[in-house]
Amino acid sequence: MNQKKQLNERQKWYWKKNIRFIISLLVVWAAVAYGGGILFAKPLSNIQLFGVSFSFWIAHQGAIIVFFLLILTYAIRMDRLDREYAKLLKEDREG
Amino acid sequence: MSVEAITITLVVITFIIYTGIGWWSRVKDTSSFYVAGQNVPTVANGAAIAADWMSAASFISMAGLVAFLGYDGTIYLMGWTGGYVLLALLLAPYLRKFGKFTVPDFIGDRFYSSSARAVAAIATIFISLTYISGQMRGVGIVFSRYLQVDIIVGVLIGMAVVGFFALLGGMKGVTWTQAVQYFVIIIAFLIPACAISAQLTGNPVPQLSFITSDIVERLSQIQIDLGMTEYMAPFTNLSMLNVFMMTLALMAGTAGLPHVIVRFYTVKSVRAARWSAVWAIIFIGLLYLTAPAVGAFAKYNLIDTIADKPVEEVQDIEWVKKWETTGLLQFDDKNGDGNVNYTAGDDNEVMIDGDIIVLSTPEIANLAPFIIALVAAGGLAAALSTASGLLITMTSAVSHDIYYRIFNKSASEAQRLRVGRITLLIALLVAAYVGINPPGFAGEVVALAFGLGAASLFPVILLGIFDKRMNKEGAIAGILTGLVFTLFMIGTILSESIFGTEGALIDSFFGINAQGVGVVGMLLNFIVSFIVSRMTTEPPQEIQELIEDVRAPEIDEDVS
Repeated sequence: MNQKKQLNERQKWYWKKNIRFIISLLVVWAAVAYGGGILFAKPLSNIQLFGVSFSFWIAHQGAIIVFFLLILTYAIRMDRLDREYAKLLKEDREG
Repeated sequence: MSVEAITITLVVITFIIYTGIGWWSRVKDTSSFYVAGQNVPTVANGAAIAADWMSAASFISMAGLVAFLGYDGTIYLMGWTGGYVLLALLLAPYLRKFGKFTVPDFIGDRFYSSSARAVAAIATIFISLTYISGQMRGVGIVFSRYLQVDIIVGVLIGMAVVGFFALLGGMKGVTWTQAVQYFVIIIAFLIPACAISAQLTGNPVPQLSFITSDIVERLSQIQIDLGMTEYMAPFTNLSMLNVFMMTLALMAGTAGLPHVIVRFYTVKSVRAARWSAVWAIIFIGLLYLTAPAVGAFAKYNLIDTIADKPVEEVQDIEWVKKWETTGLLQFDDKNGDGNVNYTAGDDNEVMIDGDIIVLSTPEIANLAPFIIALVAAGGLAAALSTASGLLITMTSAVSHDIYYRIFNKSASEAQRLRVGRITLLIALLVAAYVGINPPGFAGEVVALAFGLGAASLFPVILLGIFDKRMNKEGAIAGILTGLVFTLFMIGTILSESIFGTEGALIDSFFGINAQGVGVVGMLLNFIVSFIVSRMTTEPPQEIQELIEDVRAPEIDEDVS
């Protein structure tokens, strides 16, 4: 019984961390795509990036690069979290 | 050899490869037939997702759509890529952990209800069917444009090829042909893009020359001079509200398209599901970072070649001649001054179909006939790969979810496989029929499929994973609200082209157009399912355990 309780604790910890990752990445997702690309498109179009305006670049290319980075970050961080979780379980088992 | 001969040769070679893969991957069990035995390697699945996802529209039409929408073309560029963030973070890992065959499988089990399963299966069939008509049509159009074959014959040839590898290999055959088709698609898209970039800017990397060169700025200036809207300025073609809503509808719709979701079931672990999303966005991003450059470059080149030039001189250009005969490019010297007036007003004398942006680029850039043939093969690969993914998804909704899980729970493995293949054959015939006789509102079909995906399946799956208290009453009420509202709004806003009414019954939903209204349906789905679920009993204990299990980390051989 005690062991089961400990496992539940571990899973709760894992889920909490997962949710925190997801929320922070989705905040960036929304800020770049809907903030930079749409809501603040007008003010940001005064900033120049080489031959195009900054907001135009975000809307046509930059956001896609950010999407890739977000998905990559999540995959890497979840790999790390999985390893930490496995290590904790192993410690629990060995006492 | 003539362009036609090279095109035929190349198309035949790719078709032999696709059918060969089908023969090599023929399957004998339902797990292989529906989810490719759940052992597709991560990178291959990423390529398969990309090909599954990138339809005839992405390949042939999108760069043109962006070229004519300017800044506002971001609805497609961000809208058709941003959904992968939602899929990778919110849906894919958990659905893989759940580990069955289909989307209705998850909804039916999670909401412990045959009604929920049936509603999800019907939504799946409806979304996939609307989408597949455009793909089969795309196959016919590529055949007719490049090989002067009748559209109907083109559709039938496409049907035969898809039918062969999908019937034999099921999801396994579909997966491996899609992975190969991705590389045909991307090579066919990149070579002309690099060539036109080198020709206009001296830099052969279109993704970079798009920002480092001054083409976009010059295009902006020319458009202002011709009295059109400024290319680089936001919200000149669509309101900010609509750009926002349409982008969100396409993103959430992506995450709610069953044929995309189901691809994440085919890998061997949760970790592999996360990493195949990484590969998918790399493969998709490669085309989507290039498309805005192709759009801007080809449009600049087109205007530069024809605007204010003598009509006779323009009509003498080789590629202008060719595309004039297809009707994609038309001139009408209204004022009889002998010059081509290209403007935004009534005195405009040029009609340009957006599809010409991608289709004519190889000729404009003076590329070898081989490249023109390659673009035809790429267009076919894009249409066939998406069609095959949709086909297997429709099939599984009927033969797995409705026949096996609802009507005949004791069906044997061999029976299920046979029913699967028969269903696939019927689905194929239906797909060919709608490809040959497309509904009059073919152009609106995409809005419909994405709007429904966003308003029905996406919210329900999301709540099923993240809201433990969500029960069957809430889910069914939500999914029906989203579906009915979105169907009703799209039907009334687009009534002119769908039902042939005189003018639209309503203009918009408080300023939101048909392509964005799915977002409102999605919000209603969330609100209704939340309220209904809180007023009814909580889900049974074993369902709460199922949710815990779906959320729990997967500790298997590759971690511990």
